[in-house]
Amino acid sequence: MPDNKDKYEQLNQVIAELKDQPGALMPVLQRAQGIFGCVPMDVQKIIAEGLGVTLSEVYGVATFYSQFRLEPNGKYTISVCLGTACYVKGSQKVLDRLSEELKTPVGKTSPDGLFTLNATRCLGACGLAPVMTINDEVYGRLVPDDIPGILAKYREQA
Amino acid sequence: MEQMVNLTIDNVKVSVPAGTTVLEAAKQAGINIPTLCYLKDVNAIGACRMCVVNAGGRALQAACVLPVSEGMNVKTNTPQIRQYRKNLLELVLSAHEQKCLSCIRSTNCELQKLCRELGVENGDKYAGKQNHYDIDDVSPSIVRDNNKCILCRRCVAVCSKVQNVGVIGAVNRGFVTAIESPWNLKLADMPCINCGQCITACPVGALYEKDETKKVWDLIADDSKHVVVQPAPAVRAALGEEFGLPMGTSVTGKLAAALRRMGFDKVFDTDFGADLTIMEEATELVNRVKNNGVLPMITSCSPGWIKFCETYYPDFIPNLSSCKSPHEMLGAIIKSYYAEKANIDPKNIAVVSVMPCTAKKFEADREELAGTGYPDVDAVITTRELARMIKEAGIDFVNLPDEDFDDLCGESTGAAVIFGATGGVMEAALRTAYEVITGKTLEDVNFTAVRGIEGIKEATVQVGDLPVSVAVAHSTGAASKLLDMVRSGEKNYTFIEVMACPGGCVTGGGQPIVSSQDKMTCDPRVERAKALYGEDLSKPKRKSHENAEIKKLYDEFLGEPNGHKAHELLHTHYIKREKYTK
Repeated sequence: MPDNKDKYEQLNQVIAELKDQPGALMPVLQRAQGIFGCVPMDVQKIIAEGLGVTLSEVYGVATFYSQFRLEPNGKYTISVCLGTACYVKGSQKVLDRLSEELKTPVGKTSPDGLFTLNATRCLGACGLAPVMTINDEVYGRLVPDDIPGILAKYREQA
Repeated sequence: MEQMVNLTIDNVKVSVPAGTTVLEAAKQAGINIPTLCYLKDVNAIGACRMCVVNAGGRALQAACVLPVSEGMNVKTNTPQIRQYRKNLLELVLSAHEQKCLSCIRSTNCELQKLCRELGVENGDKYAGKQNHYDIDDVSPSIVRDNNKCILCRRCVAVCSKVQNVGVIGAVNRGFVTAIESPWNLKLADMPCINCGQCITACPVGALYEKDETKKVWDLIADDSKHVVVQPAPAVRAALGEEFGLPMGTSVTGKLAAALRRMGFDKVFDTDFGADLTIMEEATELVNRVKNNGVLPMITSCSPGWIKFCETYYPDFIPNLSSCKSPHEMLGAIIKSYYAEKANIDPKNIAVVSVMPCTAKKFEADREELAGTGYPDVDAVITTRELARMIKEAGIDFVNLPDEDFDDLCGESTGAAVIFGATGGVMEAALRTAYEVITGKTLEDVNFTAVRGIEGIKEATVQVGDLPVSVAVAHSTGAASKLLDMVRSGEKNYTFIEVMACPGGCVTGGGQPIVSSQDKMTCDPRVERAKALYGEDLSKPKRKSHENAEIKKLYDEFLGEPNGHKAHELLHTHYIKREKYTK
């Protein structure tokens, strides 16, 4: 894969550029995520070797900060609002149903790689509570039983 | 001159060198400030907050990271502080699996001790959600049980900072923070060297050795098996602590007596194997020097060090002595020489090693260590496991008479005894190499320059006309530094001793656990080594080649050191290892 090879070259360049800076791990992880879209195990191993730190340290930082993703996002990112208004209107049940239908825990990507399921804070659409977004589309006034139909639509598109 | 700082702690005036922490200063005032995450020289991060004191600031401060200052007035024992510490313990307990009755660390647990001392009345005061973890018991050496972990990070610090290994760390954050390997890999899938220093650093029962006591009891009970036991040098310097004897008490005679009462068929001594190792290793060194072999030669007794070298410094594999470690050598001799003498089929012999070491469990599983076609060693138990077995058997250890090891493979010299301390193998090898090379008698056998707990020790020893430069490193962190200097050409040696554990085998990962509070006032590396050097001094023979049973072994069975038969039974090879196989 020439495309991927190019990405690893970019990663090595980033490491070479930053490795002598104190506290290089965070910026290298951020740039790596920029290149790969996430920081999977092989990328973290290269970073550990390149910076002369242990894989444990790299992984510890990558899992401490929620902004780092260990696996690629799915084609569709589902964000369910757990803000106050949505929550009291039952968004947790919507989220649970999504997790059940996708067989995917919150924060993870479905086994088929199509959906990444996230819980978010207030999306600013409280009037439509409970709300979720799938990529840029907004869905409001949801009940759990709406979920299978919505997911089916995206599966057909994919 | 060192600048002294005067301060008052609980109305006691103390004067300590600048840079001392309040925790250390309080010790001098006779006050034990409670700690959990603190471990002298290893971990001082002020994380657990148990050691908080009132130093006049607007908030309580962690004494382990609070340097003293002139005129400071510290209170360590106020109602507020006592309540604070008690609350902390109650919160720790809310996320702790409180199965104390069956916990391996019961009565030797720092959390349990603090809860009693600080008067925690209700362990379920903040009961609520708990994390549940699978126990990782795949490694042949180390078991991790995160249900007991209190997140103090002492294991993480010793693994990364002291050993330069770093296979565990804190992952995730908040309530789901856990000490784990990346991607929750098992320790066995990580480049862990099995040294077990994490175990001796753990204040609770979250880390312990892979227990083989049942396997050993089963072997003893099996009438078809002739079970031969051998304890390592360092075991005798520490086992007594498990029975309340002071640190540094040598219990060699009681050890032999206890093993006999447990039901082993033969009680041999790994010290005999150590003398044998010296015969082979000193000869190998002389041959390498004479025949332009790969130098520096590096010792191979420590299986934690061997795996470290194979994984992290594979370019030094040709430097490793091809000698098996002493208990593996003795295992091979038991299943050949002894089997022949006693007329027992080696397939019916089981060799049990009692070791100060958890990496020996991994070593015993290495396929290449089977000189007779059978594994050299069948089971390895640590000093702690032996202590548990002795207690289980109801043996009154402290009042046992002193007994000797069995003949044939039971004699040992002072050179063998000191194997258990850092620098000991080097010193023992020099005592023999000197006489082999010069043909003269070595008058002063004490090579004191290689003794002590300095991380890297260097010396130049005059062997006849030949100045031999040697170095000793203990802890794989120190070994890394030493090897980096050798690799870069900055340093040049003929012979290097490396032990994986700081202090050598006396403070190995399988030895009795010393609490962090006790480590503040005494150094087990020093105290236990004293027991070994004392025993060395008291031995009539202090050079391995003077051991009469060893001479007999070569005369009647092995032939020459490094000869054909010796190579077959007593030497091995190493493999380059990838850090990650998954």
